[in-house]
Amino acid sequence: MKYEKMIATRDGFGDEIVEMGKENSNILVVDADIGKSCKTGAFRKELPAQYLNVGIAEQNCAGVAAGLATCGKIPFVVTYAAFGSMRMCEMIRQEAAYPNLNVKLACSHGGVTPANDGASHQAIEDMGIYRSIPNMTVIMPADYYAARKLVRAAADWDGPVYLRFTRDKVPVLYDENTEFEIGKGKLLRRGNDVAIIANGDTVRLAVEAAEVLSAEGIEARVVDMHTIKPLDTACVAACVNEIGKIITVEDHNIMNGLGSAVCEVAAELGKGKVKRIGIQDQFGQSAPYERLLAINGVTVENIVAQAKALIG
Amino acid sequence: MKDNLSVAELKNKCVDLKKNVIDMIYKAQSGHPGGSLSVADFVTACYWHAMDVDPKNPRWEDRDRFVLSKGHTCPAQYAALAMKGYFDMSVLNTLRKEGSPLQGHPSMNKCPGIDISTGSLGQGLACAAGMALAAKLDGKDYNVFCALGDGETNEGEIWEACGTAHKYKLENLIVFVDWNNLQLDGTCDEIMPLIDIGKKFEAFGFETFEINGNCMEQVVDALDQAMASKNGLPKCIIGKTVKGNGVSFMENQVGWHGVAPNEEQYHQAMDELDRQYVNTVEG
Repeated sequence: MKYEKMIATRDGFGDEIVEMGKENSNILVVDADIGKSCKTGAFRKELPAQYLNVGIAEQNCAGVAAGLATCGKIPFVVTYAAFGSMRMCEMIRQEAAYPNLNVKLACSHGGVTPANDGASHQAIEDMGIYRSIPNMTVIMPADYYAARKLVRAAADWDGPVYLRFTRDKVPVLYDENTEFEIGKGKLLRRGNDVAIIANGDTVRLAVEAAEVLSAEGIEARVVDMHTIKPLDTACVAACVNEIGKIITVEDHNIMNGLGSAVCEVAAELGKGKVKRIGIQDQFGQSAPYERLLAINGVTVENIVAQAKALIG
Repeated sequence: MKDNLSVAELKNKCVDLKKNVIDMIYKAQSGHPGGSLSVADFVTACYWHAMDVDPKNPRWEDRDRFVLSKGHTCPAQYAALAMKGYFDMSVLNTLRKEGSPLQGHPSMNKCPGIDISTGSLGQGLACAAGMALAAKLDGKDYNVFCALGDGETNEGEIWEACGTAHKYKLENLIVFVDWNNLQLDGTCDEIMPLIDIGKKFEAFGFETFEINGNCMEQVVDALDQAMASKNGLPKCIIGKTVKGNGVSFMENQVGWHGVAPNEEQYHQAMDELDRQYVNTVEG
């Protein structure tokens, strides 16, 4: 499908953080020497007094941010999703999550979007890791405007937040006036035959699949579940109760991410069927982004096929 | 609101603090006496000499900060906080008990006066650097004091944090290395040799002071020098200490890292400490 505009969500972060920094001098960027890739260049140039770079030292980066946060700062720790979730994990748990400090992780290169970099840089575990740590909030915006709005919401949120962005360009699905609320799923399409709950760069696949299904007389409800923790359990429960047939789609391991979170709600309600589409618990490789998704069945065609199979 | 105690008064305050350490670990039958005693002089000198704090307003934004990176020795800090009036002395009896503000390792949201939660070794220095950096960003003149264990410097994050402290010229960051030469599994030389810990900090851009960390005169003097030195360098006081300091049967014994005394040992320890008070009347 052709889209009018394609922008990486990391650019949404890079643009919004400058605006926020100008409005509030307590907003800081703490880089770990991959700021250029994570789009903090404009912030560094325009707000040098609020810009820190602690070098290739992610563990320290997390601790420094925690120390700053105890003094009333709102530090955005900026790195790749693989390092922000795994190299920093215990430091964030101990020094940001346990004390419930205002440390915000802004991580680019989420999912398989760092495609040609290979498995070392592809983050397929990150959202699951942070979902299991108390006090954490875990978000992946679907497009440029969602990224801008959710970055701003994260700064206003009381406590640590993990934000995950794409390296690759993704279609612009929303406009600049669309509002987002942390913990509230965004209903993109009404329908009662099947529910497709997606987040991040896979939301566009869910929308496209719904259009294909609609052409065949199947009306899918599509939800952008940008926040997987706190999960919009009311929204998921409505999908379970009103439809009972759910497909989850994510650029993340099928374990412990969006799919698992949705399954937990369905299991506790004791009804509904959920089919998880995502990375099939396997490491990636250097390959084009779209190929990596296809290898794992994260495609419009597979969503359509799974929807039909669920409906039977 | 700094206290202005004489060295003799500080020494006696330190004996009080050590007795509280032994008492709370005995009552809890759990905790880390060895390292709590070796760091006691530094903790005492910070709270009753160096630091400007307000026990009635623990989160006063201009206060000096204290980061106990070697978080397992929190009985020393808890004793200091209670004695300063952050909370009632009776709270010390709840150490490590369910519902207590005095967790096995310090929790900033449970215990007034704790500036950051610690306990996982190697992490406190980065947090302390962040606090010192915040002071610089805000044009404030508070200091951040950070106590490290010697074994803790095995952790790579310590040296990452040193890089930040040097780069951002955190002269308001005053680190103390409690060099008692014993870690959990054995001596530092056996487990992971420190080589020359002073030279290491110097090489990472710190101004260093090497002292007897259980000699109150030297601790106070080093703190005064470190606070007065405005040369853009972060400070590191290498304190040669004795693990279990002040209790004969605990001194230099690796086995007293994380063990509580029994009743007989408790009484012996308290008796020994009682005999360590000095005369504070001059002349």
